[in-house]
Amino acid sequence: MARVVSISSKVRDLTGGLDAFDVEAATVRGLIRALEAKFPGLGDLVENEMSLAIDGEIHQDAMLEPLSPGSEVVLIPRISGG
Amino acid sequence: MSDGNQPPVDFKVVGQRPIRPDGVDKVTGRAQFGADFHLPGMLTGRIKRSPHAHARIVSIDASAAEKLPGVKAIVTGVDLDVGAGGDIEAGEHAAAMKDVAANVLAGDKVFYQGHAVAAVAATSPEVAAEALDLIVVTYEILPHVIDVDEAMMPGAPVLHDDMYTKGVTPKPAKPSNVAQRHVMGRGDVKAAFASAGVVIEGRYTTAAVHQGYIEPHACVASWGADGQSTIWCSSQGQFLVRAMTARILNLPLSDLKVIPAEIGGGFGGKTTVYLEPVALALSRKCGRPVKLVMSREEVFLASGPTSGASMDIKLAATKDGKITAAEMELRYQAGAFAGSPVNLGCMTAFACYDVENLALVGLDVVSNRPKVAAYRAPGAPMAAFAVESAIDDLARKLDMDPIDLRILNAVKDGAKTVYGATVRYSAFIETLEAVKAHPHYKAKLKPGQARGVAAGFWFNIGGESSAAVHVDEDGGATVVSSNPDIGGSRASMAMMAAETLGLPIERVRCTIADTTSIGFSGSTGGSRVTFATGMAVVEAAQKVVADLKRRAAQTWECDIAHVEWRDGVATCLDPSKNVKPLSMKVLASKSAKTGGPIAAEVSLNAQGAAAGYGVHVCDLEIDAETGRTTVVRYTAAQDVGRAIHPAYVEGQLQGGAAQGVGWALNEEYVYNKQGLLDNASFLDYRMPVASDLPMIDTILVEAKPNPRHPYGAKGVGEVPIVPPLAAVSNAVSALVGKRMTALPLSPVSVLAAMGKG
Repeated sequence: MARVVSISSKVRDLTGGLDAFDVEAATVRGLIRALEAKFPGLGDLVENEMSLAIDGEIHQDAMLEPLSPGSEVVLIPRISGG
Repeated sequence: MSDGNQPPVDFKVVGQRPIRPDGVDKVTGRAQFGADFHLPGMLTGRIKRSPHAHARIVSIDASAAEKLPGVKAIVTGVDLDVGAGGDIEAGEHAAAMKDVAANVLAGDKVFYQGHAVAAVAATSPEVAAEALDLIVVTYEILPHVIDVDEAMMPGAPVLHDDMYTKGVTPKPAKPSNVAQRHVMGRGDVKAAFASAGVVIEGRYTTAAVHQGYIEPHACVASWGADGQSTIWCSSQGQFLVRAMTARILNLPLSDLKVIPAEIGGGFGGKTTVYLEPVALALSRKCGRPVKLVMSREEVFLASGPTSGASMDIKLAATKDGKITAAEMELRYQAGAFAGSPVNLGCMTAFACYDVENLALVGLDVVSNRPKVAAYRAPGAPMAAFAVESAIDDLARKLDMDPIDLRILNAVKDGAKTVYGATVRYSAFIETLEAVKAHPHYKAKLKPGQARGVAAGFWFNIGGESSAAVHVDEDGGATVVSSNPDIGGSRASMAMMAAETLGLPIERVRCTIADTTSIGFSGSTGGSRVTFATGMAVVEAAQKVVADLKRRAAQTWECDIAHVEWRDGVATCLDPSKNVKPLSMKVLASKSAKTGGPIAAEVSLNAQGAAAGYGVHVCDLEIDAETGRTTVVRYTAAQDVGRAIHPAYVEGQLQGGAAQGVGWALNEEYVYNKQGLLDNASFLDYRMPVASDLPMIDTILVEAKPNPRHPYGAKGVGEVPIVPPLAAVSNAVSALVGKRMTALPLSPVSVLAAMGKG
């Protein structure tokens, strides 16, 4: 079970105001599937517009990245730059 | 510098300072920039732009222009076909393509002076200019709003009828100029303020500033009779230009080839499109190549500056200087369409400091200005201006050394940031200590001078990159990069390949490929190229070395485990073999006999980028009669991981500091009451030139190389523009004896602060 935490207002719009919740997933791909099932639209949003901080390290588009039981996954806006 | 804790490194190329590979071309004028391309039968394109800040387009009558001899094509917004739109990853976030298309050529409204309305292709610049005058656009002028705080007020003209503030529950009933509300935080801010020993408050504003690249936007587009098209242009990403142009014109990517030109600066401002879809739409209409080049006035009017900002900040601290809580509201101008970097402002504002209780609100606000574009460390410099000014106030109130105060509150590895990442491989404290030990910080100020200190942070990123390494028949190597070289990446790519292959740098050249000649890559931005594309180069070079060892083993008929590769030479370690070493030159010359050409290409999605931290020190003096501020000494220190080419890294620090000093002292967009820009030229928009600045000293802190990169590189291009705004302002505030809260610190505002206004 991964603990999903968000700092994004876009996420809040899709979760009915929830900022933290648990999701069963072994990889990022599984997490996105589970998010879509739990909150329709959230999986797409995370896949296309967000980065993930998995246990503290930022990942972008890392669909195969494994999640450990108890992993913390923070949904953050994608970071780019100038 | 090194902290002595890292294992000794024995690099032969990495860390050296070879001559710039692009230097001769640039100083002799041989380099081909966006405006330098010519094709047979090429037409001149020009764009008709809105004279109004905000208006509805009632009609566009191009009939007279179409009849003008020499006019070959005219396009308007109806010639674009963005369809469902969607988003494309761009400079500071995913770009909404419907907005990008409406910015390229207006739909039914214009949202700022200079907004493109129509374009013409003609046989000469004179005919094109005459044709623009003959296009009649009928406008219904609408009320406008320029200032970010005014745009949020009740009764302000609303730009978009369908813009309802996102991030607010329940959904607002009325449209608004606030596109989105971002909230982030942690802890119990209220309780922390209730028990604070010291509280610092302030309201800060910064002006919109332009990236100021010396080369205006330029492109040539050629539509082929078979539907295969080519664009030559200056940009920060040929793949980005291809994706955006194809989306806006509803083309398959395979029908469009984008060839990157040399780039005369971008700083984030060339991570989007303005001209390319228009030039290709014109070419599609007339079947001839079309060149479009912006004038400097058009660059100011119609290409993205970064946001101006308005911010409120409140700090709570103990009496011994530990910051216990912070509250901040950041209001950023997005320009005409949603998408300011305010969320990045929120995420970076306190990233240098370990603050337990935080409450941050960011508001993305549209107004009748050009749509903002990325600018080095998008969103961070403005937030740092407020935070570092408040910390300076705290240091003065507690009579603490500003470096010591920052060391006391600095983040350390393992700390959790407010945006979710854990701090890793950071050398912020080492950077602060390096500044404290530097002769500049120890030097006594002369009478009439003051010193300011400020810090800054940027995430740095990785992402998708491709690169190839080809071994030439004579034993040299060619590196094929997927990223335009905007800050010296040809040198760093070649150096990392040379180090890995064991070749001298003179035997390795790097070229930038077009969209058909190398795998996909993200843009040159976000301080990602040396990290991510560099990783692809090193992995490709490692594959080449593995192949060379295999071929040597094949030649010697020995086990590959007995082949050592060192300094570009294969040596057989099998004692039963009496063979001479094989150099790269020999192996390359016989490649046909060992399996054919020797080359490798790698495409990857680089993870593990490490953040960077900077600390700047600025000494300055003020002319009491004119209010003119002169920077007399400046030092920029930065946590750089490991500098691949230290001279280029120093150049990044110096360039960022120079741009930041301009942001602090002079640069701003000046609008009149009609919402029209009054200073759309370099004469009136005052950027610093060489004679305005002292030599900027640099300190490269290499205490924490990034272990996720083969040579320890971190991104370095964004951090150095973050600290200067506050470093300059803190020094000016010390001199005038009053906290300066509004940038730029022009002579008029400085004189007013001195009571001489």
